Amino acid sequence: MSLEKTYPKEVKQILAKYPPEHKRSAVMPLLYLAQREEGFINKAAMQDIAQMLDITETEVASIVGFYSLYHDEKAGKYRMQVCTDLPCALRGADEFLNNLCGNLGIKVGETTPDGLVTVEEVMCLASCDKAPMFQTQGPDGIKYHDLMTVDRTMELIDALKQANKEAK
Amino acid sequence: MAYVLLRHRDIPDINKIDVYKKNGGFAAFKKAVTKMQPVEVTNVVKDSGLRGRGGAGFPTGMKWSFIDNKNWPHYVVANADESEPGTFKDREIMESNPFQFLEGLALASYAVGANAAYIYLRGEFWQVAAFLDEKIAEMEAAGYLGDNLFGSEYSLKIYTHLGAGAYICGEETALLESIEGKRGQPRVRPPFPPSYGLYGKPTIINNVETFTNVPMILANGADWYKTMGTMDSAGVKVFSLSGRVRKPGNYELPFGTTFRQLIYEHAGGVQDGRPVKAIMPAGASSSLVVVDDKVLDTPMDYASVRTLGADLGSASVIVLDDTVDIDWVINKTIKFFKHESCGKCTPCREGNYWMRNLTNRIHSGKGSAQDVDLLLNVAKQMQGKCLCALGEFSTMAVVTGIERFPQDFKKVVKA
Repeated sequence: MSLEKTYPKEVKQILAKYPPEHKRSAVMPLLYLAQREEGFINKAAMQDIAQMLDITETEVASIVGFYSLYHDEKAGKYRMQVCTDLPCALRGADEFLNNLCGNLGIKVGETTPDGLVTVEEVMCLASCDKAPMFQTQGPDGIKYHDLMTVDRTMELIDALKQANKEAK
Repeated sequence: MAYVLLRHRDIPDINKIDVYKKNGGFAAFKKAVTKMQPVEVTNVVKDSGLRGRGGAGFPTGMKWSFIDNKNWPHYVVANADESEPGTFKDREIMESNPFQFLEGLALASYAVGANAAYIYLRGEFWQVAAFLDEKIAEMEAAGYLGDNLFGSEYSLKIYTHLGAGAYICGEETALLESIEGKRGQPRVRPPFPPSYGLYGKPTIINNVETFTNVPMILANGADWYKTMGTMDSAGVKVFSLSGRVRKPGNYELPFGTTFRQLIYEHAGGVQDGRPVKAIMPAGASSSLVVVDDKVLDTPMDYASVRTLGADLGSASVIVLDDTVDIDWVINKTIKFFKHESCGKCTPCREGNYWMRNLTNRIHSGKGSAQDVDLLLNVAKQMQGKCLCALGEFSTMAVVTGIERFPQDFKKVVKA
C-alpha cells in the first residue's frame, strides 16, 4: 500500500506546499496521512515515505519518535489526551483525570476493553483558562474539549461508541 | 476603548472576509503594495515601538531590517506553536480574528520581499490550521494572495505547516528544522534567521500576536500606537491569565496595566477570596514572584517586571493563592521541562532528568534538606550552559522557588 495510491489528491497538495528541492519538508504532513487510517504508523508506511522523499527509513523513524502526536503502536480508536500541566492542575485537572479513569475502570495509558478509548496524560494544550480539558486524537483529526466534567466526558464516549457502531 | 487585536469582541463576524473588509481590512496591505516601498513599511513598524510578543520582546522593525538582501529568496514564518504552559492567546486570535493576523503576515512578507510565508502551528491546533487554510483560500479568491497582487509585480503565497507535539518547536531555529522535515532541535546561533533561516535563506520569524498588530499600526500610524502602553513597551498586549482567579482568560490591555488591575478589576479577583501568594508572569518558564502590595501595583511592561526579578515574556500570568505549595509547583514545571527537553544539549537533557528525580522525591515527602540543596545546585549548574532558552528557563521556577519560598520546602523534607 502506498500513500500516493491511497491518497493521490492529498499527497499532491502536500508536496505543492514546499520547494521541490526541499520535499523532505513534506515528511510531517505525510506521516499524519499515514496515521489516519489505523491511528499509528507501521514500518511499511515509513519505508514508503522515505522512498517518496529520498531520505532514509531511519530518518523517518526518528521523526516519528521525536514528536508526541505520531504513534508507532496501536491504541484505542480515540486517544483522549488530558492536560495536567500546572495551569490546568490549578483548576482541578488531576482530580478530573483520576475520576475519569476510575469511572472507566482503567489506568492512565490503558484502553477501554472495547478498544474505543485510550486515556493519556499530556503536556500543556494551550487551553489553560478552560480546564479541565482534553483533546481527542482519532481518525477525524484532533479536537479540543474544554471545561469538561466526568459526566460530560462519559456522554462524549457514549456518542463516540454510537457513531462507531453506525459506521460499522 | 476599542480592541486592537481581539477585535472580534467588538465585531463578532470579523472572521468573515466581507465583514473584515468593511471594517478597513486589507486597506493597509493594498496601500503598502501599491504606494509604499518595502523599507517604508519596516520603518513605520520600527517607529511604532512594536516589540515581539512571543516572549523575548525584541523590537520587530529592527528584526525586519536585519534581513540579508544579498541572499535570496526570503521567507517569513509565523510562530503559531503556542505551547508555554499558561499561554493561550494566539489560538483565540487565529480562531476569531484570522484575517488581521494573515494581513499582518502579508505586510511583513512584503516588507522583507518574501514571496512565500509559512505558518507553523502546533499539531494540536489541527482544527485551527484547517480553518486558516479556508481563510487563505478566501484571500486567494479575493485577490489578496497570489500572483501580481493589485496589479503590481509582487506575489505572495501563504502555507500552513502542522507540528506534531513538541514544545521545543516554539524555539525559532527548532521550528525551522521542523519545517525542513527534521527533528525539532535548536541550531547554534549565530547565525540568526534573518541571515540564515528556512532552507538556509534569510527568514523573519515573529509570533502570531506580533503580526496581528501590524495592520492596525499601518492603518493608524506609529504615533497612534505609541499613545498606548509605556515608553519602554508601546501598545497593547494580550495577557493570558490562568490559575486561581475567578475569571481566567485573555485580556487585551495596554502595557503598564498593573497586576492588581488585571487580577482584581478584570478577572474578578482570586477564587474564594483568598490572598495571592505568588505570580508567574511568563508561564512555566517564569521566575516565581513573592506577592505583596508593591508587586500587585507593579505595571506590567518589560522593564517594570524585570525589577521584580522576573520577565514578562509572553505575558502568560499564572496566579497561585496561599493554598498552593511551591514544591508542588516546581514538581509540575520540571515534569513538563523534562518531557519537553529535546535532548540535544547535555546540561538540559541530564539536568532536567535529575531535577525531575529530586522534585519528585522532595514533593512526595521522601526528600531531605540535602536534596533541596542538591536540586538548587543542579539548577544553578545548568544556568548559562544550555543551548537554548528551554534549558535556561527550566531552572527559573526551581531556583526562585527554593530561594524565595524556603518555608515550603522545610515543611516537606524529612528531619
